[in-house]
Amino acid sequence: MQKLNKCIYIVYMDCLQMVFKLFPNWKREAEVKKLGYKVHGDPFSTNTRRVLAVLHEKRLSYEPITVKLQTGEHKTEPFLSLNPFGQVPVFEDGSVKLYESRAITQYIAYVHSSRGTQLLNLRSHETMATLTMWMEIEAHQFDPPASKLTWEQVIKPIYGLETDQTIVKENEAILEKVLNIYEKRLEESRFLACNSFTLVDLHHLPNIQYLLGTPTKKLFEKRSKVRKWVDEITSREAWKMACDQEKSWFNKPRN
Amino acid sequence: MAGIKVFGHPASTATRRVLIALHEKNLDFEFVHIELKDGEHKKEPFIFRNPFGKVPAFEDGDFKLFESRAITQYIAHFYSDKGNQLVSLGSKDIAGIAMGIEIESHEFDPVGSKLVWEQVLKPLYGMTTDKTVVEEEEAKLAKVLDVYEHRLGESKYLASDKFTLVDLHTIPVIQYLLGTPTKKLFDERPHVSAWVADITSRPSAQKVL
Repeated sequence: MQKLNKCIYIVYMDCLQMVFKLFPNWKREAEVKKLGYKVHGDPFSTNTRRVLAVLHEKRLSYEPITVKLQTGEHKTEPFLSLNPFGQVPVFEDGSVKLYESRAITQYIAYVHSSRGTQLLNLRSHETMATLTMWMEIEAHQFDPPASKLTWEQVIKPIYGLETDQTIVKENEAILEKVLNIYEKRLEESRFLACNSFTLVDLHHLPNIQYLLGTPTKKLFEKRSKVRKWVDEITSREAWKMACDQEKSWFNKPRN
Repeated sequence: MAGIKVFGHPASTATRRVLIALHEKNLDFEFVHIELKDGEHKKEPFIFRNPFGKVPAFEDGDFKLFESRAITQYIAHFYSDKGNQLVSLGSKDIAGIAMGIEIESHEFDPVGSKLVWEQVLKPLYGMTTDKTVVEEEEAKLAKVLDVYEHRLGESKYLASDKFTLVDLHTIPVIQYLLGTPTKKLFDERPHVSAWVADITSRPSAQKVL
């Protein structure tokens, strides 16, 4: 009787695999249901994309739920009970609700450290500490000027607001100093934290991608190691998918 | 475990963050004073330790690090068997601690540090406190403390029922703000107030004052 049940199970699994091959959406939905991951955010938001990048590097399924930033949905209930600071993204893993994109990326990278791209450097306490240090550098030294430049040159125009060129100039000067340090670092190391791509490089992608479409692009291009690093990280498949709305944000809007 | 060195300034909040972690772990270390008012942090040899020119920098034998929150996390993990436990490693705890560290880093610290600058440091440098900035930043801090108040109603400390790095990282800024009118924002929230009294009375916190 056990042998028969086993046979039936094998046939069932084969049929299921066949169905999933013909209907990849069904496979995705089944995985989504199994993992139960949800991402509340906006496919164009830098912070949301930071999380999508990790999910794609790890080939994890998730349910994307749109939060309408233009109408201020993130600043009112019920969103505020997900993130009282009123910011996207929010990540749900069953009963665990997480916000702050860099906490979400770290959580996913740890929980799924044996799957997909290795995004951490877990060889020793020292290698992990160096990675943590570079994550802090991205968050405290790179992101402030970079996100201001993205805001002024990319997001304000979308809302019909005028770019403040003084702010652009000030922040480009700050960013230049940071990129000088990156240029030196990338002479010694292929990527920022170590010789393989990690969360550190990934965390930079959303702002870099937007800035490549602005005059700020020249800051990256005139430094040869930085330019090579930018080319390499922005051409990753997972990153391209994270930026492709059809591939990464494939749901119906929330009711 | 010989050879821990901290290069910083005893009054700097970021330096204190690292010192408190070392005291929690009862670790011996050498403190190398970097004179900020002489711009020592922007010149050689310090700038070789941290090209961004900020204190503290850290050394453990041959291993070198900077960024206070990277240093505290290294101390917490590398010396996990010494002194007090500062992190917990279950996957749910990793989530809570990672998120708590980000919240302190991106929501609490920028606002808290501006208030410390205006009310504590500017007077020391003979500059005038800008009351408009203080008002604006206090309004932002109130919102952050409302979130902390809610959280501390559910949990004894910010990330769990035990003291962790998430709480530790807030101590240096809180210590300064308790000596300013901003203290009232902590006092008027009962859970926050009790938590502040608790964490600032830890021996490690007292040692950096």
